[in-house]
Amino acid sequence: MVLRSSLKNCLQLSCVLRTPKAGFRSTTSGGLIIQSISNDIYQNLAVEDWIHDHMNLENQQVLFLWRNSPAVVIGRHQNPWQECNLRLLRQKNIKLARRRSGGGTVYHDLGNINLTFFTTRKKYERMENLKLIVKALKALRPRLDVHVTDRYDILLDRQYKISGTASKLGRTTAYHHCTLLCNADKFVLSSVLKSPYKGLKSNATPSVPASVKNLFEEDPSLTCEMLLDAIAEEYATQHQMDHHITLINPADETVLPGINNKTKELQTWEWVYGKTPKFSINTCFSMVYKDSVLDVKVDMDVKHGRIEVCNIDLPEQWLPPALCSELVKSLTGSKFCPSETTTLATTLLRVCPQDDELHSRWNLLCENMLMLM
Amino acid sequence: SYVIVALISSCVVLVCIHRVRSCSSIRFIKSKYVCVCDKSALKFSHQQRLFRTSAVSCGQIVQFKLSDIGEGITEVTVKEWYIKEGDSVSQFDSICEVQSDKASVTITSRYDGVIRKLHYNLDEIAYVGKPLVDIEIDASKGVAPEEDVVETPPMSHEEHTHQEIKGHKTLATPAVRRLAMENNIKLSEVVGTGKDNRILKEDILNYLAKQTGAILPPSPKAEIIPPLPKSEHVAVAPKDKARKIPVPVSRPIVFSGKDKTEPVTGFQKAMVKTMSAALKIPHFGYCDEVDLTQLVQLREELKPLAQIRGVKLSFMPFFIKAASLGLLQYPILNASLDESCQNVTYKASHNIGVAMDTEQGLIVPNVKNVQVCSVFEIASELNRLQSLGSAGQLGTNDLTGGTFTLSNIGTIGGTYAKPVILLPEVAIGALGKIQILPRFNGKGEVFKAHIMNVSWSADHRIIDGATMARFSNLWKSYVENPASMLLDLK
Repeated sequence: MVLRSSLKNCLQLSCVLRTPKAGFRSTTSGGLIIQSISNDIYQNLAVEDWIHDHMNLENQQVLFLWRNSPAVVIGRHQNPWQECNLRLLRQKNIKLARRRSGGGTVYHDLGNINLTFFTTRKKYERMENLKLIVKALKALRPRLDVHVTDRYDILLDRQYKISGTASKLGRTTAYHHCTLLCNADKFVLSSVLKSPYKGLKSNATPSVPASVKNLFEEDPSLTCEMLLDAIAEEYATQHQMDHHITLINPADETVLPGINNKTKELQTWEWVYGKTPKFSINTCFSMVYKDSVLDVKVDMDVKHGRIEVCNIDLPEQWLPPALCSELVKSLTGSKFCPSETTTLATTLLRVCPQDDELHSRWNLLCENMLMLM
Repeated sequence: SYVIVALISSCVVLVCIHRVRSCSSIRFIKSKYVCVCDKSALKFSHQQRLFRTSAVSCGQIVQFKLSDIGEGITEVTVKEWYIKEGDSVSQFDSICEVQSDKASVTITSRYDGVIRKLHYNLDEIAYVGKPLVDIEIDASKGVAPEEDVVETPPMSHEEHTHQEIKGHKTLATPAVRRLAMENNIKLSEVVGTGKDNRILKEDILNYLAKQTGAILPPSPKAEIIPPLPKSEHVAVAPKDKARKIPVPVSRPIVFSGKDKTEPVTGFQKAMVKTMSAALKIPHFGYCDEVDLTQLVQLREELKPLAQIRGVKLSFMPFFIKAASLGLLQYPILNASLDESCQNVTYKASHNIGVAMDTEQGLIVPNVKNVQVCSVFEIASELNRLQSLGSAGQLGTNDLTGGTFTLSNIGTIGGTYAKPVILLPEVAIGALGKIQILPRFNGKGEVFKAHIMNVSWSADHRIIDGATMARFSNLWKSYVENPASMLLDLK
């Protein structure tokens, strides 16, 4: 049985800024368990950043529990075009976030729980954390066949991945976070994590696809709350602390000064897309126009999420060459992004001859270009 | 760096030097807290530092080796460099980001100095224990110590949590609280001069000044004055509030901001194109005032009906429909002039564009075929365009084919405007904000009127002033007397 209380009484003190001497007096010692009241991926990632940057973890470790409304989270050095179906994400209003830790891409929804273990750099130990989780699960349901692999995954029935891991190491602190699938929407998960983009060449960290399963499928009596409580209890026991979960509001500046800036930064285009390592696209597509089929070849280099080099090969004279080169010139330096490309393309139409035939060809080409983004 | 300067003088406990370093690529703010008690001491040490660095011509080059990552890891991949050769770094600045097996590690500098060599390129494998970068260190400083040594501040930080004076919570913005915390000040000891004894930034600075005896520069008003509540009456400045005129202080004004140049791309580039092209059009303007009193009332009645059908009803659908009715009488305003100015094409469809201000910039989607749409249909379509617009998901079809544009700049503010025509169109209207102003009615009585100004611009090559004026009058009559629209609806 774990108690929850407001953070104000516990957190704001010592932790605010790092000092070796923590002016921190509370009922817990050795450990602190906090749970976010928000389901916003950016706010929760900001909390991780905040704790990583500002908390003194010498005398106490922290476990952070959080859940998010539907979102796809890519690793620090990954390429979102390579990892997921961005078109589908936009359609379904699923958020895209880039976290600061490494590793692969995951899908979050309220049926998935996230756990972050904060320690000093010296005490960074992923295996221990994962074993703690397995221990908690087994205490809850002794017949569950769950174990930790040497790739830091947790497998159910030796087959299905129910947890993925990633971590971030700073100068003096480190955190290891992982997911745990309780009752997530597997259908949405598999459809959003399948990239439709062809011809991508990149050095970004690729994800390793795996078969997943929800714990709920194994035992329908399990809920996210039960899992969170069980893990918190095990953590409390191992850290010899009170079974006490402190609730935290990721929008509260008085408790977490500077948090809103962190949240905002995580949402900027420059962070989410701009941090993609340099990549190139070399692809071709066919367009059907009035009984004829045209082949178009596109080659682009994208750096910091912006088109550095652009080349579009069209059948000769299908579109006025001057207009094509205007398009290429406009695209160069612009974000590799459908809304920006649409704006540029439609604007260019304004300043060229008002010819219906030309317009429909132009729109056809642009629609196809947008499919690449 | 954590340089310990323990200066003993009359009232000093200096702790550590504040360092805030923001890295341009990541905006990584690592702030150590400030404890400034003796300003002169701080000044002295700053001067010392400056002196030291300027005196150095060539220092010792140290090979900064990649330190142990933990878990027995021996190699990592370099994923991002935060610095390049020739950059100055301070101790604890981020140097690069490396990745190993799902762990992303930020490597920070152990030294102050200048980067002389990067041993790896991006995506190369770096080895633990082998040199990562070469740093040229100041000869006089030597190698900084590994451990951070920090003297304890004069009071524990617990006291910052309970900001209560005599049972009342002290009022202070988070920024002010942080400033107090950074300077180890108890908010309970500061006299607040703001509203309800709120503690302002100046109060903290004054408190500090009293403590240290230093004369601090007058700070600009830090508190954001909340905007006056939206009043229905014309705003009158209160006479008793004396306007604070900044008094010039006789000290050299130091401004360390730098100009920032960036290339014009994306949305801005698009704007440059459209506006440059629009320059070729000889614009003329025509403005008028419209009394929306009746329309305001009509909309109030219809809003809930539209709501029931799931549509938010603003004034725009009425303005758009009225414009289309006007265009039926004056089709030249819905035309297009070809490049050579030889032919005018009268467009059959009234595809009325609505200027939208999004996060990224100005976009103008259009409502297609307004001439056959009802006001409700227009409203519904506007809702769709607006939600797509704010999500950045407008398609090419929504953004092309416009024949006439309305810009509701009044939602932001302003009365009269001089809108620029969007090619290939020949006319555009800008709608100012709706104000409640006194006007005379037919009986010579003063009444409350809802007044809005409209500013039209048209292509003087094919549109003459009279046509524009007549169109405007017709549009105005529909909008001032919405019932008259019923007569001409198709």
